[in-house]
Amino acid sequence: MEIKKIALIGNQNCGKTTLFNALTGSNQHIGNFPGVTVEQKTGYIKNNEQYELIDLPGIYSLTPYSLDEIVSVQYLLNDKPHFIINIVDATHLERNLYLTLQLMELNIPMILVLNMMDEIKTSGTIIHIEKLKKQLQMPVIPISASQEEGIDEIIKTIEYMIDHPTRHIDLTYGMMKETISLISSIIEKRVYQLQLPLHYCTMRVIEDDKQMIQKLHITHHEQKYIHQIIKDMENKLQVDKDIAFIQMRYTLIDHICQQCIIRVKETKAQIISDYLDSFLTHQYLGIPIFILIIIMIFYLTFYVLGQPLQNLMESFFQYITQYIDTFLNYLQVTNWVKSFICDGILAGLGSVLSFLPVIIILFLFLSLLEDSGYMARVAFIMDRALRDIGLSGKSIVPMLIGFGCSVPAIMSTRTLSSVRDRKLTMILIPFMSCSAKLPIYGMIITAFFQEKAAIVMITIYCIGIFVAILSALLLKKTLFLGEPIPFLLELPTYRIPTYKNIIYNIYDKAKGFVHKAFTVILLSSIIIWFLQSFNFQLEMVEKSSQSILASIGTIFSPLFKPLGFDDWRASTALITGITAKETVVSTLSVLTSSSHFTSLNNALITIFTPLSSFTFLVFTVLYMPCVATLATMKKELGSWKQALIIVLFQSGIAYLVALFIFKLGSLLI
Amino acid sequence: MTLDNIKPNMIVRIINIKGSGLLRKRLLEMGLTPNTQVKIKKIAPLGDPIEVFLRHYILTLRKRDAAQIEVMEDKNNGNQKDCFNWESKLW
Repeated sequence: MEIKKIALIGNQNCGKTTLFNALTGSNQHIGNFPGVTVEQKTGYIKNNEQYELIDLPGIYSLTPYSLDEIVSVQYLLNDKPHFIINIVDATHLERNLYLTLQLMELNIPMILVLNMMDEIKTSGTIIHIEKLKKQLQMPVIPISASQEEGIDEIIKTIEYMIDHPTRHIDLTYGMMKETISLISSIIEKRVYQLQLPLHYCTMRVIEDDKQMIQKLHITHHEQKYIHQIIKDMENKLQVDKDIAFIQMRYTLIDHICQQCIIRVKETKAQIISDYLDSFLTHQYLGIPIFILIIIMIFYLTFYVLGQPLQNLMESFFQYITQYIDTFLNYLQVTNWVKSFICDGILAGLGSVLSFLPVIIILFLFLSLLEDSGYMARVAFIMDRALRDIGLSGKSIVPMLIGFGCSVPAIMSTRTLSSVRDRKLTMILIPFMSCSAKLPIYGMIITAFFQEKAAIVMITIYCIGIFVAILSALLLKKTLFLGEPIPFLLELPTYRIPTYKNIIYNIYDKAKGFVHKAFTVILLSSIIIWFLQSFNFQLEMVEKSSQSILASIGTIFSPLFKPLGFDDWRASTALITGITAKETVVSTLSVLTSSSHFTSLNNALITIFTPLSSFTFLVFTVLYMPCVATLATMKKELGSWKQALIIVLFQSGIAYLVALFIFKLGSLLI
Repeated sequence: MTLDNIKPNMIVRIINIKGSGLLRKRLLEMGLTPNTQVKIKKIAPLGDPIEVFLRHYILTLRKRDAAQIEVMEDKNNGNQKDCFNWESKLW
């Protein structure tokens, strides 16, 4: 049986991803910040493998401005889905219907799904579904995606509609209608040959869309004629074409809403939102509250919840290692096999996996901020400050995600609507210390700064942020001249995040981390173990200082002498850290053959002085990001050259800052 | 008057959107069309951007972009909480 493609589309913040989860039961990331859905997600509709649902990034109109909007529009035009589910937020029907009217121009069978109906009902507002159906001449289904109400109705309607497609009615009127039909008659034949939607193509020609004009081979002569038709309309209406057509749609919407909605008062969620905003975006309280929230999150993540769980995981791995050690002794396996399992695999995995709880908790908080709608407020209150360093408030979201992991952070820059802002944000993201670097801080702090743990931790994060600001200022004055993008952002109503979306999101992140631990990190642990256990003659060495790895590390170690650490094990750890930052810890524990933390501490004291351990930390925060980040950057920028330049820039900055701190420290101590 | 120098809590009606190109179109598409009622809700802590209420939703925009929007004070409906313009005429 042929698989039918169904596109799910709607404005940002209308509960699209929640509906996607409800319809497919698959997992996928969702946020309340406009434009968090940046990748095309697909899934089969529950109990019906015949229908493939595609979740498209939220858009406001068919004239796209940012990259993820372009993705949506391109999909609708080029991939020609069999069916469109247009989901709208019933509490914001007026603005949401604008997209609906434009989607009708595409001539694809469609249903309108009114979400948030539970909110509408409790507020006393009445929406006459039957009248709305009549006005728009298409099925209208009231649902509540978060309560999973009305989902079956959608599936049933799609099943019926796919067999009984209907044409959309023409809702244009007056001078605009005449203009459209005049221009349609010029391009009609060519449009049908290309099997494109006529109404949509006409609108694009009216909007002077260069691509469409080329696609339809419109001659100069025809263009002149078309311009004359538009000029005539503009003269008669006394407004320009942009206002004429956009006003036409909004007037229609006003007319429809007037007939279909009886509004009593704002919904409860909107009233609560207003109340919350009187603190959260307050003139004086707004920014302090934001800073407080961030501090709270870090405090809870790293101290209150993270630390005990992490200790638990550590003791768990120690127990396992001991158990396997005894077991292997009992089996009387050869020395190198035992070393391979205990020092290679278990030491590497254990030191990294013990950080899983911290990472899960950090992502829990980040997705709570996103899904609740607070991130958009952060963009609003921080926009001015970020503009001073050449960015916009929207860049704050990728930056904050960067504290979790650079990979999703770089992917979320797609919501920014200018290439300039995207690139600049991408360069700065790795300076936001990611959660993979936490094991490194943990290791150094336990060995050297146990009493001053909090201060060192905060200093490291601040150095990252400070360097990011300085780099942004530097880049703004040199390579990134030009204006920041216009900032038009909807503040969505605050909503309690659904536990399903949060769980799916965290599950994705945890899966990614564990996957990384068992692939990249495991592989590099094994390679490092091999390199450090054998010499060039492939004989097992007594001391790792005679190994292959020692020779490689020794080549690079002079490079780090000015920074205060020229031990080959430190430079080797930095090199292996490029595969994934957690590997710095596993490498150091493998190289010092320490299977638990106390022996690692003792070994570290021989490698670093307190000052050089600190410069080592500074260098690790700032130097080139991991391979996964590099690959993501390459994918997003479309060029290895640019990605490599960025990485070299970051490493250069890291070296200079670490050098400066070491010199300064040497003078002071 | 332009939208960037309106005091919070004032209700205005849009007369025209100046400028050209994509930004102007975006402003229009987000519902800032002539004759629409807009309520200024708030100015961000650092003095920019501004938060406005129109067509039952909240939009934020920078003062620089708001300066493109010509408005006049809307005295008639000043007391009404509902900012929606029910009477926009069909041509």
